[in-house]
Amino acid sequence: MNLSAPSNRECLIALVNNESGQQVEKCYQCGKCTAGCPVSYAFDLMPNQVIRLIQLGMKEQVLSCRSIWLCASCAVCTARCPRNIDLAAVMDSLRGMARREGVAATGRGHNVFLFNKNFLQSIKKYGRLFELATMLSFNLKSGRPFREADAGLAMLQRGKLKFSVTRTRGQAEVARIFERVAAVESGAGKCN
Amino acid sequence: MQLAYYPGCSWETSGREYDLSARLAGGKLGLEFIEIKDWNCCGSSAGHSTSRLLATALAARNLALAEKMGLDLTAPCASCYQRLALARHDLLADGQLRKQVNRITGHTFHGNMRVRSILEVVASLGGEHIAARVVKPLRNLKVAAYYGCLLVRPRAVQVDDPENPQMMEKIMAVAGAEVLAWSHKTECCGTSLAMNNDQLALPLVAGILEAASLSGADCIVCACPLCHFNLDYRQKKVNRVLGTGYQLPVFYFTQLLGVALGLEPGRLGLFDHFVNTKPVLQLVS
Ligand code: SF4
Ligand code: SF4
Repeated sequence: MNLSAPSNRECLIALVNNESGQQVEKCYQCGKCTAGCPVSYAFDLMPNQVIRLIQLGMKEQVLSCRSIWLCASCAVCTARCPRNIDLAAVMDSLRGMARREGVAATGRGHNVFLFNKNFLQSIKKYGRLFELATMLSFNLKSGRPFREADAGLAMLQRGKLKFSVTRTRGQAEVARIFERVAAVESGAGKCN
Repeated sequence: MQLAYYPGCSWETSGREYDLSARLAGGKLGLEFIEIKDWNCCGSSAGHSTSRLLATALAARNLALAEKMGLDLTAPCASCYQRLALARHDLLADGQLRKQVNRITGHTFHGNMRVRSILEVVASLGGEHIAARVVKPLRNLKVAAYYGCLLVRPRAVQVDDPENPQMMEKIMAVAGAEVLAWSHKTECCGTSLAMNNDQLALPLVAGILEAASLSGADCIVCACPLCHFNLDYRQKKVNRVLGTGYQLPVFYFTQLLGVALGLEPGRLGLFDHFVNTKPVLQLVS
């Protein structure tokens, strides 16, 4: 046994802290984050449990939970944490780690993953969000082609639906941003 | 006052009335918005949910463009505001990150500009400045001001108190409306969850509508295109699924302010919402 190597537990804590700029060790499990979380009713792990499992080094359980995907990034947890932990930032980091480590989001979490992916593809391609194409493509890929079709119709009637997007001339620069970030992240750390 | 203007991706579509009314009401108040040429999407929740570095870099390009204009940046959308302001905060706090991100964007951001939400910009003009320009006070109108999450959280970028903000109330009061105390002004509307998992967001929207309605409000005013879409468009679905009968128009604060400043309702996009706004607008005409 190599006693000088960091344990899985220390490695996970260091990785999450480094990504999120937080110190998850500071959490004393008061549960205030969970009490205020508007989506906890649909979570499989409560926000305070997510932090606790990081403290315990239980990477697989954390990265495969649904909660990290259903989190609405409302930052109520962040605003109310007596230990000043930005839990919304921790949730962001966990989604990023799950993606990089290839841990698939399941169920409703998968919809969020697909939605985000489609959204970013639009930005990479056009520099801006093409709302209509993004929603249509998300609907097809998530298996509900007519999701919110009535919204589309109502938007159309109000002249709020655009069939094209104003491309930014900086589009090539934006695509480069995506590539350079991907290159940086391919060297990002991992733990067992 | 001149400001670099960041319209955000919803400006021509779901958030069109916000952009229109912000530009018009801002003009009446002596604010000159100069659109940032070649701005790009801030990444929104998809960006930071995928990679924090990507989110910071997408925002940073816009910050650098505004800085080159020599102006502070303002954004109407609460989500754009929060992304841009958080990126600025992180880039100023961490010199290493700034160097890395400057390499990624190909633009040097020095940190010599501020990011301000339109709400904050209008509020900073002061009550007297606004009151002197009000020609049609919103008498008889009871409003519930709704902030949602992104203007008031997290602390590094909050424009007002995260539990009981008052900025919008003050503006609406100067515009002549009666502002109500109510419980849900900073509760989450479900954001993009409403798009990808609408069953999960409906209870959140319903809670906000219920609280606004119990407070006796004639309408809700907000400062975010996504909050607007969730509260306005999804109201019908809440009524259908939960058997309620809400008929609460949802406005952008710049729209009602525009009315008070004497702008014509049609130009402010007041009739382009999903919930019928006519009965409520009759109260003030
Ligand atoms: S509010 Fe903060 S300290 Fe309390 S359980 Fe949540 S993360 Fe831990
Ligand atoms: S940011 Fe996520 S975890 Fe925190 S309160 Fe909001 S939904 Fe819950």
